[in-house]
Amino acid sequence: MTEIGLGHYLTFSAIIFSIGVIGIFLNRKNIIVILMNIELLLLGVNINLVSFSIFLNDLSGQIFTLFILTVAAAEAAIGLAIIVIYYRKTGTIRVEDINSLKG
Amino acid sequence: MENIHLIYPEIFISLSIMLILMIGVFKTKSSNLVYSLSILVLFVSTGLIINSPINQEIYLFNNSYKIDSLSHFMKIVTLISGIFVLSSSYNYLKIENIIKIEYPILILCSILGMLVMISSNDLIVFYIGLELQSLALYVLAAFNTNKLQSSEAGLKYFVLSALSSGLLLYGCSLVYGFSESTNFNLISEKIILSQYGNVFGIVFILTGLAFKISAVPFHVWAPDVYEGSPTSVSLFFAVVPKVAALTVFIRFLYVPFLSLIDQWQIIIIFLSLASMIFGAIAAIGQKNLKRLIAYSSIGHMGYALAGLAVGTNSGIHSSITYICIYVIMNLAIFSCLLMLRRDNKFYDNIEDLSGLSKNHPIISLCLLIVLFSLAGIPPLAGFFAKFYIFISVIEQSMYFLAIVGLVSTVISAFYYLKIIKIIYFDEAKEKFDQENYIGLKITLALSTAIVLMYFVYPSWLINIISNINIL
Repeated sequence: MTEIGLGHYLTFSAIIFSIGVIGIFLNRKNIIVILMNIELLLLGVNINLVSFSIFLNDLSGQIFTLFILTVAAAEAAIGLAIIVIYYRKTGTIRVEDINSLKG
Repeated sequence: MENIHLIYPEIFISLSIMLILMIGVFKTKSSNLVYSLSILVLFVSTGLIINSPINQEIYLFNNSYKIDSLSHFMKIVTLISGIFVLSSSYNYLKIENIIKIEYPILILCSILGMLVMISSNDLIVFYIGLELQSLALYVLAAFNTNKLQSSEAGLKYFVLSALSSGLLLYGCSLVYGFSESTNFNLISEKIILSQYGNVFGIVFILTGLAFKISAVPFHVWAPDVYEGSPTSVSLFFAVVPKVAALTVFIRFLYVPFLSLIDQWQIIIIFLSLASMIFGAIAAIGQKNLKRLIAYSSIGHMGYALAGLAVGTNSGIHSSITYICIYVIMNLAIFSCLLMLRRDNKFYDNIEDLSGLSKNHPIISLCLLIVLFSLAGIPPLAGFFAKFYIFISVIEQSMYFLAIVGLVSTVISAFYYLKIIKIIYFDEAKEKFDQENYIGLKITLALSTAIVLMYFVYPSWLINIISNINIL
């Protein structure tokens, strides 16, 4: 059986991160899905930081992760609030319908 | 902690945010009081910063916070432009009926975040400052809840900005992992080219930062957000975060990544070229004035980046001078925009300006001066700003960058001159209301006077900036 090393963790987090990025661009249905994708981005980063922190024997990566988790919660709250305001105005949160500003 | 007095401005702002929030919550109808208190807070913290002059680098909190001449100067610019933004937009908020206690407090929060960003010497501190800044900006963009455009602008800004924060963080994690530290000084010792992770990290970080100053491949949010959000917020977007983001660019490029200059120089040159060309061409067909200013600010950021791409002290100085003059010009043009009001409705289309000179000669004269300056016509301040950039670019024999810069200046002169033609030679429309609000008048008068009279004594700005030594 092969040992699970740093490379495996980095690949895993890169996959999670790419799913997040691709999800934001391919998503045509619902803004809530975009919020979920943003969480996925940040989780990918967190996995990266924690695995680096363990392999470097350095705590600051894990502290960074705690900060990111906190900020991500605040960010999701603000995002949901903006979506609620938008929904009250238009009655829809379909991504295709967000097109009143263009030029 | 013998140097704790150096962060009194930040401590003062954060304490007063909490105090002002309490006043706003417990006192009914206190939005006017809160508004003037916030301006006062900015004044006091500007005074605190000016009062403690600095001539060497001082590190605080385990080397994670850096106070030097760059952060000192940029903090003053940020705070002063914040004061002018707040004092010129009071009347607009009142007429649009969005004067709430949250507005000045959110502006204070985001200015606090920018101060932290400017002084940061550690990836964690930088990230906290950046998020404090942009979380407040999301809410500000969606502030006018009565208008669909405003909430849509907030939504778009939120999604794209969160994406760019994610990219930036991914870069931070790679740089942390491959150079084994989050501290900028330690990173600069450890970072080496042979680790490809470092190069990837730099690319991701630069992507995130380019989004914050809306350089070209990452500019898509800027026109929509400028057009949709309330004009006072667009003014804030156009002026204050750009100063902080440019400082962070300087911090990242010239401390931790300095040894990889060959790698990032190409990226910065590309961003700069693309922004200059795109900013000049895309603005030509615009009908909305706020949208046009957004495209022109994309172009201006291209010139500021050209100064950074050079990699010398004089290049950095020219960039800092450019951003200062850019701030002054934008304050002037937005305060003209905030004056175009008729029967409590604000107008922001270019055709609304037609024949403005017949009824409002003074506003049109100010607009004339500012637009000429934005186009870079001597002897106005905008010409000198571009002149310093081109000098430092040519000193390093980067002729291609200079030529493209000159060509796009000429192209962008077209749309500035078109607005001037509409103001002075088209048929006059109805008169706009008389503006009586003193803060707006002072902002317009001061900024136009500086733009006009800069050539008389240009060395005051140059002398201050030449004290900043990065390399």
